Amino acid sequence: MSRLAPDDICAFLINEARTLDERRWEDWLSLFADDGWYWVPIEEGQTDPRTTVSLMYDDRLLLETRVRRLKAGKLHAQSPISRTTRTIGNVTVEDETNGVLTIRSKFQMIEYRRNLQRLFGGTLLHGLAEDGDSFVICWKKVELVNCDSMMDGLNVPF
Amino acid sequence: MPLDNAADISTLVQPGRVHRRVYGDPEIFELEMEQIFGRVWIYVGHESQIRNPGDFVTTRLGRRPMVLTRHTDGEIHVIHNQCAHRGAMVVAEDAGNADEFVCCYHGWTYDTTGKLIRVPLQHGYPSHFDPDDPDTAMVRAPRVDSYRGFIFASLAKDGPSLTDFLGYMTTSFDDMVDRAPDGEIEIAGGVFKHAFDGNWKLYLENLCDAAHPLFVHQSSIEAASEQDDGAHSDGAGEIAVRQMRQNGAPYKMWQEQIGIWTYPNGHSFLGDYHDDEKLVAAKRNKVFTEYIAAMETKKGKEETKRVLEVTRWNSNIYPNISFMSQFRQFRVVHPVSVNRTEVFNYMFRMKGAPEKMFEDTVAFSNVTNGTGSLVLTDDLETYGRIGVGVNSGGAEWIEIGRGYETDSPDSHGGVQGKDSTSEVYIRNMYDAWLGYMTAA
Ligand code: FES
Ligand SMILES: [Fe+2]
Repeated sequence: MSRLAPDDICAFLINEARTLDERRWEDWLSLFADDGWYWVPIEEGQTDPRTTVSLMYDDRLLLETRVRRLKAGKLHAQSPISRTTRTIGNVTVEDETNGVLTIRSKFQMIEYRRNLQRLFGGTLLHGLAEDGDSFVICWKKVELVNCDSMMDGLNVPF
Repeated sequence: MPLDNAADISTLVQPGRVHRRVYGDPEIFELEMEQIFGRVWIYVGHESQIRNPGDFVTTRLGRRPMVLTRHTDGEIHVIHNQCAHRGAMVVAEDAGNADEFVCCYHGWTYDTTGKLIRVPLQHGYPSHFDPDDPDTAMVRAPRVDSYRGFIFASLAKDGPSLTDFLGYMTTSFDDMVDRAPDGEIEIAGGVFKHAFDGNWKLYLENLCDAAHPLFVHQSSIEAASEQDDGAHSDGAGEIAVRQMRQNGAPYKMWQEQIGIWTYPNGHSFLGDYHDDEKLVAAKRNKVFTEYIAAMETKKGKEETKRVLEVTRWNSNIYPNISFMSQFRQFRVVHPVSVNRTEVFNYMFRMKGAPEKMFEDTVAFSNVTNGTGSLVLTDDLETYGRIGVGVNSGGAEWIEIGRGYETDSPDSHGGVQGKDSTSEVYIRNMYDAWLGYMTAA
């Protein structure tokens, strides 16, 4: 079993959420492993990101590109920016295979931009590997409860 | 001023400009729903969605919720998703297979042509009640037709045939289908559903706009330019990254290497774009080589060459679809209200092509056309800003005059711009719009 305690896992998830709320995109990116990936499916129970589209599906290189865009000089879709606030809870360890823990949690994110407030919520699944006193994200999957709904554009990662 | 007659409408479209009311006036929107979405051929779905008898999928004709069905005899019908009793929506699922549709409220039951076949407690109705009346039904669109698997419906009993309506643009559908080695394509890979606070006409007006990428997509151009060309960790996304960079091509390229063609009824395509050396599905790419081999096996060298020499980018079929054969992307535009629009982005899989090509289609869609993509999100922002601007009571006229003096006839009965940056395709849409809006 992992040397790190459940509290460490919660602290890691809370810190990750904070990097996103504070728009410290590079800090967020640095939490991912070099071959890490990030996935927001568009269908409930979607098993394959290769043959069905996704709201977001980035390997590490594409995630870097996404982050570079969030920092780009002329990002119209984030002018003005979105402010977000996230809450994480119901954290459980689901599995440990080859040193990678599967962590399940619930989240809610409020996004505010240009007079419009949107509410997102769902299940987060993290594949975490120990890395010194902390973890790296091997993969992260975000299951939105409204994944297949009609939506205006999504610019901020969950 | 209230719109009293066709003459008033005519004042809104002038050479090289349109009045901002066409994007913001609810009265004009209502008229469009009747004169355009209530009459002309509107795309409603693809045959691959309703392969078998009983298959159905919900769709729309303008704001009308419809059901596209295949009846037991194989005929395709487009029926209004409304119960003839007290008006409830009958079909609640997005898609499925059914022998009949039973209303949840009092059990009135319809067959898959929309005909009312069962009415519980059928007693004491006044003499006008006739379950065999085609209007006492899930009312059927009077005309349904398809071209190479693409299904259209019209709420007008009479009018031009579908092929007359499409005219030379049938070649863009041919381009979609002919590229499949087995000669068949199917909708696959899910659907993006995105929305914006802006008028429905903005969408097609943007899809053939070669002048916008350099500005609108600056953020993804910048981000993609810094990504190195090396092997992508899983191959996914690379194609789309190249597309993002391509959006940053200087005006010189848009002016010298790309063209815009327009045809009657508001249709157009942006073309001569995909020189494969420059862009995405590079001919040297291993998957593309396999694909060409599959094409040549099935169709022969000559036909393969003919098919692949067609280099169209987006084809717009006015008023509600825009598609692209190179990556099999297909957008359907649904007007919701004068300042709200929803768009469905579908993908097609080519039968007989390497599966990796379909994976590239999915990757391309995720990165450029998706709700959370790096490209489309900046377009959505732009539509929203136009929605704010045109409703704010500023300048009266919207300028669509770029290239006006240099438009010229093309050899298939259309009009082409001097180069791809001409706004001729918007002027062409307004010619069609004016014709529809003022038709008796
Ligand atoms: S409303 Fe449909 S059966 Fe009564
Ligand atoms: Fe665009």
